[in-house]
Amino acid sequence: MLRYVVHRLFVMVPTLLAISIITFVIIQLPPGDFLSAHIAELQAQGEGVQQEKIEHLRQLYGLDQPMWIQYLRWLWGLLHGDLGWSFEYDRPVSEVIGDRVFLTFIVSFATVLFTWLIAFPIGVYSATHQYSWADHGLTFLGFLGLATPNFLLALVMLYFANVWFGTSIGGLVDPHYLDQPLSWAKFLSVLEHLWIPVVIIGTSGTAGMIRRLRANLLDELQKPYVVTARAKGCPPGRALVKYPLRMALNPFIADIGSLLPEFISGSALVSVVLSLPTTGPVLVRALQTQDMYLAGSFLMLEAFLVVIGVLVSDLLLAWLDPRIRFGGGQAR
Amino acid sequence: MRQEPVADEHWVDPAPFDPEEREGPLTAEQMRFSTASQWQLVWWRFRRHRLAMASLWFLALLYASTLVTEFLAPYGPHTRHAQFINAPPQRLQLFHEGRFVGPFVYGYGFRLDRATLRREYAPDPAKIQPLRFFCRGEPYRLLGLVPGDLHLVCPAERGTLFLLGTDRLGRDVLSRILYGARVSLTVGLVGIAVSFVLGIVLGGISGYYGGWTDNVVQRSIEVIRSFPTIPLWLSLSAAMPVTWDPLWVYFGITIILGLIDWTGLARAVRSKILSLREEEFAQAARLMGARPARIIGRHLVPSFTSHLIASATLSIPGMILGETALSFLGLGVRAPMVSWGVLLNEAQNVNVVALYPWLLFPVVPVVLVVLAFNFLGDGLRDAADPYAGR
Repeated sequence: MLRYVVHRLFVMVPTLLAISIITFVIIQLPPGDFLSAHIAELQAQGEGVQQEKIEHLRQLYGLDQPMWIQYLRWLWGLLHGDLGWSFEYDRPVSEVIGDRVFLTFIVSFATVLFTWLIAFPIGVYSATHQYSWADHGLTFLGFLGLATPNFLLALVMLYFANVWFGTSIGGLVDPHYLDQPLSWAKFLSVLEHLWIPVVIIGTSGTAGMIRRLRANLLDELQKPYVVTARAKGCPPGRALVKYPLRMALNPFIADIGSLLPEFISGSALVSVVLSLPTTGPVLVRALQTQDMYLAGSFLMLEAFLVVIGVLVSDLLLAWLDPRIRFGGGQAR
Repeated sequence: MRQEPVADEHWVDPAPFDPEEREGPLTAEQMRFSTASQWQLVWWRFRRHRLAMASLWFLALLYASTLVTEFLAPYGPHTRHAQFINAPPQRLQLFHEGRFVGPFVYGYGFRLDRATLRREYAPDPAKIQPLRFFCRGEPYRLLGLVPGDLHLVCPAERGTLFLLGTDRLGRDVLSRILYGARVSLTVGLVGIAVSFVLGIVLGGISGYYGGWTDNVVQRSIEVIRSFPTIPLWLSLSAAMPVTWDPLWVYFGITIILGLIDWTGLARAVRSKILSLREEEFAQAARLMGARPARIIGRHLVPSFTSHLIASATLSIPGMILGETALSFLGLGVRAPMVSWGVLLNEAQNVNVVALYPWLLFPVVPVVLVVLAFNFLGDGLRDAADPYAGR
């Protein structure tokens, strides 16, 4: 097991390096940089430009130097926890990002949990009651959840919350807790607000998960060993739980890797609509204003979260399934 | 009972062999089935999937409608009606005070709310505006080429016809949805073409050659997949210069969608090729001196094309949703062009949604089309392998 863990950690390094290169290329793609756009804007407004400060920033971040040097400087900073300077906010990126990454993580993680809680019983039920009306109904609901874009669901929910309760359900915490330090009451308030984005983001993933679990379990239930068990008089519940269910559990774990990017990208949109204090809205804004280090850090951190998620799911799988632990086996 | 073969291993019954002797002649139905090509089998199997067939018809109709949008839409996509800003939908009526008049709408009566300074519209029963069919209306150029002014349906003379209301510039939402279908529906097709080519070429190479080529492709797929899609789409489309023509932006978006989507397809292709390249027919082709490109393209890929088509169909909805999301955030298709996402961009604000809920109507076609593609893809996937099961 230890060897496997070390191996997996080792493999992560080139992946992260490649991710950092792609991220850097992407944030460099737009023509011009933030400073030139900023200067043009200031001059258009007839304001004076703080020449020294601009020059200072230009030198500090090496905007006048060749691309690869800029990349190396950025990477070096990343490794030391220096995410760069947000031009738009005029503060270090890490200060701007701070809680937002944490909250994004909370929302995504809660969504994964939610998806599991919903998908598991429904998936098992539709597999054991194949082609019943409940199975058809649930499958259709699943499809509907898959087809409705999350951000539209968020809009519709906002609309109904407004019509029925006359309140706005945006945000992650009651307004009067906004500037207060973390406390028990604030935590509860966060929980109160959390379920809305979690449900919205979760719908699409849940549908896919239900269908996969159902298909896997159906495959498993038709295998001879299950038939034998039932023929020998094993109670149906036991014949289901003892082995088939365990086999069908693998995709649940393996899916963390693919669900996390889905949820993070889903939350990006939903949080714009619901104005959640997660990374989404800031990322969109940063991209529009060419605040490159801010945008880059978000991309980098989100990809990093995903890589970690895949690592965790692989390790869990290896722990669960000896075939993977001893190599040769396919994770998915 | 026939006589047992004697010592000679190669004993053959000298009597002429008639395969129909025991089983009886094949019925016409069996004959048809056993001589059908693979694609016919796929089609027959697909036809039994009713939901998928219905979806196919629905989508075919929608795509066909994009060819004659100008004829179908009562108004042009940019026609403003300054008098009717944010007007609610007009209900289509058939009876006026119990009397049948044929399809008509009540004209708007409106007053200014002094408190909120908003115009409030209400149907005015005095204004009966019967619809006209196959009528001369706003002139247009069909597909930007053929000039014409014939419309399927027009408002009454000096009347209005806003079946789904109007937006903040007084543009007809229904017409804009019809025009938006052009961009929204084709984005997926162009995107899937890009992703198809990339997926087959890279997946094919990676599966066929194996070794370090395979490793490089697989690692890059892993890296691309570790980016959450929407942030990556956002960043790439933010990279498109503001000075670009909307048409270029549109192609840029489709290419971005395709560039990120190919990974799933490449994986599918690779795993299929891995298992097929050791089959006898592939070996035979290799021994006869066929080059890798020919073996992959002529022998390996055709044996799972139906699967590829099914999975491509299943990834089109993702692209449509992607375009909608990008345009919704204002980073996708740009203003003079109309897509469902661009329309929804107007409905970004809660207050707007609460006051003018009809601006959310473009959601309906998005959901319907995505559902239809999912059902279609499901049906195709079930039919893709006609020799399996039964």
